[in-house]
Amino acid sequence: MKKIDKLVTNSMGKRVPSEVNGKPAIPFRGVGKYIPKGQNFGATVASCASFPTDGNKLVGSLKESLVNAGLNNGMTISTHHHFRNGDLIANQIFDIAAEMGFKDLIWFPSASFECNSYLIKYLEDGTIHHIEGSMNGSLGRFTSEGRMKGLGVLRSHGGRYQSVQDGEVHIDIAIIASPTADFFGNANGIDGPASCGSLGFALVDSQYADKVIVITDNLVPFPCVPWQIQGNYVDFVVKVDKIGIPEKIISGTTEITKSPDRLYLAELTARFCEEARIIKDGFSFQSGAGGISLAVSVYFKEIMIRQGIKARFARGGSNKYLVSMLEEGLIDYIIDGQTFDLEGVRSMRENQNHVWSSPFTSYNYHSKGNFAQLVDVVILGATEIDVNFNANVVTHSDGHLLHGIGGWQNCLFSKTVILTVPLFRDRIPVIKDEVTTVCGPGELIDVVITERGIAINPLRKDLIEKTKNSGLPIVSIHELKEMAEKFCGKPASPIFTNVPVAVVKWVDGTILDTIWQVKPSE
Amino acid sequence: MRMVNKSIASAGNKGEKDRSDCFLSLELTGSGGIKIDLISKVKALYGETILSLCKEVLHFFGIENAIMNVEDKGALPFVMAGRIEAAIKQLIESDKEFLPETIVENQFQTVRDRQRITRLYLPGNTPGLMLNAGIHTPDGIILDLEDAVGINKKYEARFLVRNALHALNFMGAERMVRINQMPGGLDDLDFIIPHNVNLILIPKCESSTHVHLVNDKINAIQKRFGLANPIWLMPIIESAMGVLKALEIAQAAENVVAMAIGLEDYAADIGTQRTMEGTESFFARCQVVNACKAAGIQAIDSVFSDIVDMAGLKENVLHSKALGFDGMGCIHPLQIKVIQDNFAPNEMEIKNAKLVVNAFIEATMNGYGVVSLGNKMIDAPVVKRAQRTIDLAVKSGMLDENWRVFQ
Repeated sequence: MKKIDKLVTNSMGKRVPSEVNGKPAIPFRGVGKYIPKGQNFGATVASCASFPTDGNKLVGSLKESLVNAGLNNGMTISTHHHFRNGDLIANQIFDIAAEMGFKDLIWFPSASFECNSYLIKYLEDGTIHHIEGSMNGSLGRFTSEGRMKGLGVLRSHGGRYQSVQDGEVHIDIAIIASPTADFFGNANGIDGPASCGSLGFALVDSQYADKVIVITDNLVPFPCVPWQIQGNYVDFVVKVDKIGIPEKIISGTTEITKSPDRLYLAELTARFCEEARIIKDGFSFQSGAGGISLAVSVYFKEIMIRQGIKARFARGGSNKYLVSMLEEGLIDYIIDGQTFDLEGVRSMRENQNHVWSSPFTSYNYHSKGNFAQLVDVVILGATEIDVNFNANVVTHSDGHLLHGIGGWQNCLFSKTVILTVPLFRDRIPVIKDEVTTVCGPGELIDVVITERGIAINPLRKDLIEKTKNSGLPIVSIHELKEMAEKFCGKPASPIFTNVPVAVVKWVDGTILDTIWQVKPSE
Repeated sequence: MRMVNKSIASAGNKGEKDRSDCFLSLELTGSGGIKIDLISKVKALYGETILSLCKEVLHFFGIENAIMNVEDKGALPFVMAGRIEAAIKQLIESDKEFLPETIVENQFQTVRDRQRITRLYLPGNTPGLMLNAGIHTPDGIILDLEDAVGINKKYEARFLVRNALHALNFMGAERMVRINQMPGGLDDLDFIIPHNVNLILIPKCESSTHVHLVNDKINAIQKRFGLANPIWLMPIIESAMGVLKALEIAQAAENVVAMAIGLEDYAADIGTQRTMEGTESFFARCQVVNACKAAGIQAIDSVFSDIVDMAGLKENVLHSKALGFDGMGCIHPLQIKVIQDNFAPNEMEIKNAKLVVNAFIEATMNGYGVVSLGNKMIDAPVVKRAQRTIDLAVKSGMLDENWRVFQ
């Protein structure tokens, strides 16, 4: 079991390690308070002289490409998660590494899914030292139990770009599974049997990794157009039979929730936005992939048609509902980070106004602005929210790590941030005195919407004023907490050991909170 | 249904989809004290609270030696207490009841003419569906002990429904319970009447005798508990006999405030099937509407059983309203808005109603005995109907409460 000798207290009052996996770490200092000095990380200079003169970078197998890339002990290997639960590549890489006897690798995915719980055996046998990215489901449970050798690092999508760009994470080998590619390494996600739309999460890997391997099951003659990934960054190209399971990558149809309670929450959220006059001509919005978020778009659409309002842009996760709004002229542009269904992929392929984006343009905090701050309203979820509006998206109330951060932290810079959540889930109160893990500081969270009341952050006097006579059930966050406790009772806190198992990074690379080992029950 | 010679009993649900519920088994033992094995998804948060509730209920019923296994999926305290009591009372005879506190929000009675356009049916043994029902703002919530509860779950459902009447926030909806068919349904009343219910639905009602049986039992229970709160009745007509005796049933007692028709059973009873057009039930529906209007009570139409087909539901509601019905049952929360909105008056109806009500108010202020609009005389029932239209329009958000000020 790892020992963390030195803990410091950050500006949220959280005890965090001052060193993560042997490297010094900076404690969170407050939103916008840490301004780094210095230069971005510089990738190795390449020369055309070192590459095939005919531009053909094909090699025979994934294993050959890894050997050619110089796979070795302790290296950082990156993958992207555009194939979601249908990914067939990440697990194979570590099969090969384990077979070749390599140890102490660091896996740096843009997110993990349940299909990746296969990798637990490699975390156990030492092939993988730790994960920097997200640890979902079984991997999260494994981490929470303190069984991972190194300390897990959780970052937002924007934070992942920032960490590589700033040189905090050095990718030795990037593996970019690509639905379509040519022998030069140009690649995209919009064609091919495993099409997934955007490949934006792999952009930073292509730009900064020492070695870049593109792997595809749909090799086309040069040029592969559009080149979401530019072959000029790519070292090797591998053709395999199958890179992903299409039905698990993209659902043929995304359906909005049938749960009447969730639909009610979505409708209430849309009503709030209407009453607060956020839905107005030329506005912009983002909603995620969850059941409630999808439904919010549908209710937005109703309001927009009724009032004759058009949005300038919507940020995806795109899906058929957003696409229908684009095609019916209710939205001028979809700026898409990942694509959730086949309609989204089709639209991105066919419609110039359905634009793919990356964590660099959308989310990176160490840049000269990003798109997330331009969005008028974003609707997100949370596992817990406290009476200071601080919110958690990674751990559950029992202390277990179960989710990644995704783009959630980055979206908090939108002009109005709404968290739409049930007041309690079964007997688990969502509004509490204190969240198990802070992922987002309350000062950035404007509104909490539950089925039994809406709490507006006292900092947002404008929203309080605008919705004063709306008839909406506006209450204080403390009242929400009391209502939740009236149903469920006052919850006990989970019991942790004093061993950190993972850290939550803020968008600027500082450490916002620590995830502690859950004390095994007797 | 009750086997007091058992030594092991169980209660609750533990299916894959069951949430906010628990399943427990209880074995009475001769010695060894109380042993509780708890598996719970909320153990880290409420493990201690759950154990102390289990012990409290066992102690309340004087049980000092028992083995209890609890599989909890986030049951709220009133649910878990009901499950424990249901298990205990299969094993021991006791008149005691372990009741949750009655929440302030549920301490209201309802009036005879209260609006009952939408009433949401909830299975009486499925707590997961109950918790948020109120947020969908139906006029009434029906906790169903009859068709929505499996035969082997009927006993434990009574405890859950009883506890829900005390502890579950109905958010202003009228608290209704559908008891079982006569005569068995009379036993349900013991669990319901002293516990804060507003209205009882009597299924498969075929004569005034059924209504009288229910009222006699209600009176006896209220007398025993010293209660005098109003308890309204809504008989449901579900057979040829019921249809033919509709007027008798509607007039059977003072506290019958509405009568409903149940078309699935009715269609089966007359040997046919329910269709979208509803030709087979046209007579029955008209008969029920007319009986209700003759008796001065509300006429409530059958539920629409396709929960996905909202266009079909809307058509059905408009037809129902045209026949003279005042409301309809809902079997899914998403039906509530469609039913509410389409029973609500349309613009032309509101416009006419405003004219009538204005004419009436002006005539009254001027001391005229007779109200006229243009060259037409307006009778009292016309004014009453117009006022009702206005009330509905206000409730549906189609008309401002202070419409006379703003006109």
